[in-house]
Amino acid sequence: MSAAAPDAAAGGTLAGYNFAYLDEDTKRMIRRALLKAVAVPGHQVPFGSREMPLPYGWGTGGIQVTASVIGPDDTLKVIDQGADDTTNAVSIRRFFARVAGVATTERTAEATVIQTRHRIPETPLREGQILVYQVPMPEPLFRLEPRVAETRRLHALGDYGLMHVKLYEDIARRGEVEISYNYPVMVNGRYLMSPSPIPAFDNPKMDRMPALQLFGAGREKRIYAVPPYTSVRSLDFEDHPFRPARADAACALCGSRETYLDEVVTDDHGGRRFLCSDTDYCGERTAER
Amino acid sequence: MSDDPILEASGLHLRFGAVAALDEVALRVWPGEVVAILGESGSGKTSLLRVLSGTVAPDAGEVLYRDAAGALVPVHAAGEAALRRLARTEWGFVHQNPRDGLRLGVSAGGNVGERLMAVGARHYGGIRAAAAEWLRRVEIDPARMDDLPRDFSGGMQQRLQIARTLVTRPRLVFMDEPTGGLDVSVQARLLDLIRALVADLGLAVLLVTHDIAVARLLAHRLVVMRRGRVVEHGLTDRVLDDPQHEYTQLLVSSVLAA
Repeated sequence: MSAAAPDAAAGGTLAGYNFAYLDEDTKRMIRRALLKAVAVPGHQVPFGSREMPLPYGWGTGGIQVTASVIGPDDTLKVIDQGADDTTNAVSIRRFFARVAGVATTERTAEATVIQTRHRIPETPLREGQILVYQVPMPEPLFRLEPRVAETRRLHALGDYGLMHVKLYEDIARRGEVEISYNYPVMVNGRYLMSPSPIPAFDNPKMDRMPALQLFGAGREKRIYAVPPYTSVRSLDFEDHPFRPARADAACALCGSRETYLDEVVTDDHGGRRFLCSDTDYCGERTAER
Repeated sequence: MSDDPILEASGLHLRFGAVAALDEVALRVWPGEVVAILGESGSGKTSLLRVLSGTVAPDAGEVLYRDAAGALVPVHAAGEAALRRLARTEWGFVHQNPRDGLRLGVSAGGNVGERLMAVGARHYGGIRAAAAEWLRRVEIDPARMDDLPRDFSGGMQQRLQIARTLVTRPRLVFMDEPTGGLDVSVQARLLDLIRALVADLGLAVLLVTHDIAVARLLAHRLVVMRRGRVVEHGLTDRVLDDPQHEYTQLLVSSVLAA
């Protein structure tokens, strides 16, 4: 990681800004939080979240984490709902291209740092890659226990009966667990963690993932992490095992029956198509055919 | 009953400003025994229950609990994690107001199942079967398992609270005026139920009450408190039929006959 502040002459980044926008002291503070988060998988570490040039809810946490871990040699990919070409993804990618001068890509396999909102790429990640999640609400218990101090106590004591009561109630009322995204997971057998609003379909990909997973919540000022090859288990019952939900259809473009699909309404007469939400994966498959 | 007390308190002192809530209180409870703490409002009986259950730390004195493995646990020095583990495995609490002990937004089955899940039960069918069995034992129709407790009557809520407390088979149950606020016929049924369950499961119970009839019906031993001091203790029938202390005599003679 270079501490030198490149100017317009060196590297072609925006003049007047430090490398990757944040000043070095801030990055240092965030990296300390990240180290602690990696050391205690799933534990939420507070950090001094900064004002970023985008609104809360657009990825201020993720962008600060990315800014703190990215180096001049990295290749960045940014996805929003699986797509590389949505507004949020395009503007964050362009932001880092300007303030850090890093190479950007839409190919999952070529990226070293991937910032994501709401998805994990379909292409399996490998060692050395970093997946940065944008997290709106880091506290998995927040709809069940309104007192923040009490949720911290529950985490400290590993007292997660409350979450199981929620799952029990879902099954008792509707016959199945009704959480389709942000499905709570147990990390390393110790901490209950919110996986950020990724679909439950993506939860199994987190388990023993070779890549490092970092989570940043800007508004809530929390960072947490899952180190490579760490167990991540979705909560369930023995006789109602966790089942990732997926639309029962094939992608209209690439024909995949394994990927997570978006439903696209095509007209006012009930017409609809299902498309892969991961545009890079879909594009590659379409090109192969 | 075994030889070693399950709960042993000695030299307890607790002051709220100028008021002595507990003054040199000592108490022992043996396994399988129901001990009632009797006294008027403000006599320190609820304070004593809170200190014994670790909710409030005493100014002086010690509370020792003998766990299932036979080890002595100093209740106030054990730390919060150990205390919570005890509270959800070996102890139970029945509050005067069922709203304090129940989750009103969670179904009756979920309320009973919560303690099972807190100690690691992860089989949905098993949890439901246990919940149905316990609802039946406390005379709630298992068909109402998925109803919310807020739609239950006061007596049913109290019985549900008892089912929820006993489902993990605790060894020691703290009860704070379990029949307070219920009308007499409901109270009688509840007392009957508690008496049967306590005998069935061989529970040790610490019961706080100001109602002498409740104490006579449930308790083996009585502790009479006044102004933070234990003024008399002994077997229930002995204390109530032959009260020695003037305050106990006053209490016994104040009972209204129907």
